[in-house]
Amino acid sequence: MATTEERPIGFGRLTRKEDARFIRGQGKYVDDVKLPGMLHGAILRSPVAHARIVSIDTSAALQHPKVHAVITGKDLEGLNLAWMPTLSYDTQAVLATDKVRFQGQEVAFVIADDRYSARDALELIDVVYDTLPAVVNARKALDPDAPLIRDDKEGQTDNHIFDWESGDKAAADEVFARADVVVEQDMLYPRSHPAPMETCGAVADMDKVSGKLTLWCTSQAPHAHRTVYALVAGLPEHKIRVISPDVGGGFGGKVPVYPGYVCAIVGSIVTGKPVKWVEDRSENLMSTGFARDYVMRGGIAATRDGKITGIRVDVIADHGAFNGTAQPTKYPAGFFNVFTGSYDIEAAHCKVTGVYTNKAPGGVAYACSFRVTEAVYLVERMVDCLADELGMDPAELRLKNLLRPEQFPYECKTGWVYDSGDYANTLRKAMEIAGYDELRREQAERRERGELMGIGVGFFTEAVGAGPRKHMDILGLGMNDGAELRVHPTGKARLGLSVQTQGQGHETTFAQIVAEELGIPPEDIDVIHGDTDTTPYGLGTYGSRSTPVSGAATALVARKVRDRARIVASAMLEVAPEDLEWEKGRWFVKGDPEKGATIQEIAMAAHGAIELPEGIEGGLDAETVYDPPNLTFPFGAYVCVVDIDPATAKVKVRRFVAVDDCGTRINPMIIEGQVHRGLTDGVGMALMEIIAFDDDGNCLNGSLMDYLIPTALEVPDWETDCTVTPSPHHPIGAKGVGESATVGSPPTIVNAIVDALEPYGVRHMDMPCTPSRVWEAMQGKAAPPQ
Amino acid sequence: MQVTVSVNGEEHTRDVEPRMLLVHFLRDELGMTGTHWGCDTSNCGTCVVLMDGEPVKSCTLLAATAAGHEVTTVEGLEVDGQLDPVQQGFTEMHGLQCGFCTPGMMLTARALLNRNPNPSDEEIREAISGQICRCTGYATIVRSIRWAAEHPAPAQQSSEEVTA
Repeated sequence: MATTEERPIGFGRLTRKEDARFIRGQGKYVDDVKLPGMLHGAILRSPVAHARIVSIDTSAALQHPKVHAVITGKDLEGLNLAWMPTLSYDTQAVLATDKVRFQGQEVAFVIADDRYSARDALELIDVVYDTLPAVVNARKALDPDAPLIRDDKEGQTDNHIFDWESGDKAAADEVFARADVVVEQDMLYPRSHPAPMETCGAVADMDKVSGKLTLWCTSQAPHAHRTVYALVAGLPEHKIRVISPDVGGGFGGKVPVYPGYVCAIVGSIVTGKPVKWVEDRSENLMSTGFARDYVMRGGIAATRDGKITGIRVDVIADHGAFNGTAQPTKYPAGFFNVFTGSYDIEAAHCKVTGVYTNKAPGGVAYACSFRVTEAVYLVERMVDCLADELGMDPAELRLKNLLRPEQFPYECKTGWVYDSGDYANTLRKAMEIAGYDELRREQAERRERGELMGIGVGFFTEAVGAGPRKHMDILGLGMNDGAELRVHPTGKARLGLSVQTQGQGHETTFAQIVAEELGIPPEDIDVIHGDTDTTPYGLGTYGSRSTPVSGAATALVARKVRDRARIVASAMLEVAPEDLEWEKGRWFVKGDPEKGATIQEIAMAAHGAIELPEGIEGGLDAETVYDPPNLTFPFGAYVCVVDIDPATAKVKVRRFVAVDDCGTRINPMIIEGQVHRGLTDGVGMALMEIIAFDDDGNCLNGSLMDYLIPTALEVPDWETDCTVTPSPHHPIGAKGVGESATVGSPPTIVNAIVDALEPYGVRHMDMPCTPSRVWEAMQGKAAPPQ
Repeated sequence: MQVTVSVNGEEHTRDVEPRMLLVHFLRDELGMTGTHWGCDTSNCGTCVVLMDGEPVKSCTLLAATAAGHEVTTVEGLEVDGQLDPVQQGFTEMHGLQCGFCTPGMMLTARALLNRNPNPSDEEIREAISGQICRCTGYATIVRSIRWAAEHPAPAQQSSEEVTA
């Protein structure tokens, strides 16, 4: 237990400032917002995946005594709001006008006195659909006879969205042609869903007099959302205030702007009253930001003695009915091209083809780290397939090929410049904690007895902290973040951030960064975020970018304050600024350490009556916008032990060892929590989570009865540790950790499962490894789940 | 219909629709927004409250069903400015991140510790297995509840002695 005396002034384990409200049930989430006269909205959704809308009759719903308005796509057409831009330069229907293109698509919006009445009125809307054939399998989306989904787009004659290539195809082909060993493998990273405990929702309040819209909204990027609303709705940006209050988990699912938010805004404009819309769980699972859905064919080339020489991959990326993925503009497949992983290879190439299907839109969510999740899964499974082909131990094969410390900064074959790492050291540490050799001995013994024990090894390198504005933007907005630090006369401070926590503990971590830089205790620093009227502009929290980008901004803004404090201190102490030296929390005279001033004393003087040097303004406040020079590259080594019941094919994750390296560690307790979360995601994806569809496009996992998420009984007691390799270009050396374990754990678990199934000759099976699917694999019938 | 429910020791009477769920009664009628709504199928447990000391899912109970019973919500855990050890444990051991599942988790923990003051890790995991946390990976929740078991409040110690 951390007592007050042990509280660090700066980096170290510190219990969270935000907990005080959460443990008392005093968190304030969107659904907790209650305004006078507030009405409630509900969305009528399409029951079918693909159909032409023949007619919509809202007359009965409008007769409902508690209904104030019913809005359809036709109404929105009049406002030029029936369609909105997505974050990937596509369009998405707010409310369907011509066709519905996925099951669960938004068709009409009812506004009523209360949430029950709004739901009742949905039943009174009569929509006639003319059903069309649906495409749900991405592999068939480009077939010549596939039904055209996006006939709304001029010139669109098929379901093709984009082709994107990275690496050097000729070089990769040449390496593959002369390789001793080539292994190829089809694999599917199934569609999954972030399913945060809090669903998405909004409360819109348009003040008719001032013309100002206040929107409480479940958003990971409130500033970017504000700009999008300004562009979409034509509202002046200074008349929009987006407030993202406490957010009950985001994981990427709360990055996009959803039709429900726009409907709430329109509803408030139409009714003149505040309108709340909160989706239910089925709406959340069936219509908001899904994740993954990559159909991949990977190849790996190597010498006979296990030197990996090349990796290549072809991908069909299923983006659903609208390209609603949130990626930096130049990266339609995100950072998938870090698929060369952590290895020193000669050549690499990938081609990603994005397609439309009659499934929910989205494509980047669930802590996917801009598609690094899919990339790491591919390479780590391919390395295990190669180990199987070569008859080599998968850990030994990795150790033979991992990048060496002296190779950093390392430019990989698809152009990324990895900042720092000591990979083999991290892998050896994980193997040592796991007792790798002993585990292999135990496995051999168990196999003798007919027991199925598997040991999985995984290594990952992530590319996070998007990003340098010359390379990375979303809808033309450079991916930078601001920080604003005010130091009050009494030495207490207020830090304004452009990023928004959804549980990551920003109010604590970012206070610790200021504390480390200025020596002001974290409890004396209020961290403000989530309100566009009171915080500086920036792109928000996703892709593990808060610490790499906003953390850097925070350190730099604190250093600006420190530099200013030096000048004020020089006036106070009547010495030249160059004659002052900094120790945490205090400027003092070189050679006379007794003579100095604390940051608190300096803050008072900065606001006080002393005469300041010419050209120096009063106060210590500062602001900055950080443009990262490069991404940061956290990495880690994982070892997983599974047992499979040969009679039921049920997989149990017995142990999981995770050694993460995210550079400088600000609050180890919070980092551990982030890693634990990602490891649990891994168990979910590897063993149970999938959003599947039948041939007609009916979603088969539209509730938590069908979309399975790990409980406390399905996960082990995590064994976590770290190595620390600071990023050389980040002001405090931190790299970001929010998605590391989500990226690294799924392939490690699948590697363990396939290892356990070795007696059955299984080289690969697709997730989720449910008992029935593992059983099929044991019968030699391992097939993709859809 | 008129429904009277005792929540955290105080009786509340409201005129509500017979179909009103307890979770909405607590949140919308009484303004006790510490109890959350996460799914409609009794799977996520973010709506857990105690009814006569036992965890129940308030999204699957009618407010009318709770009439005549004593309901405890997260707002009732802190008494006279004194945090329940479970609340303290969750913050000491980082048993929460986004905070959304936390009220339900803490109430289940309180019920568990009331009937089993020294549960094993397996018993803790079993007790919270009807609830989903998407942030913590559960290990820190287990540690939080263990912390609370190891630091019982003086009042609870004596009540245990009384029951014993």
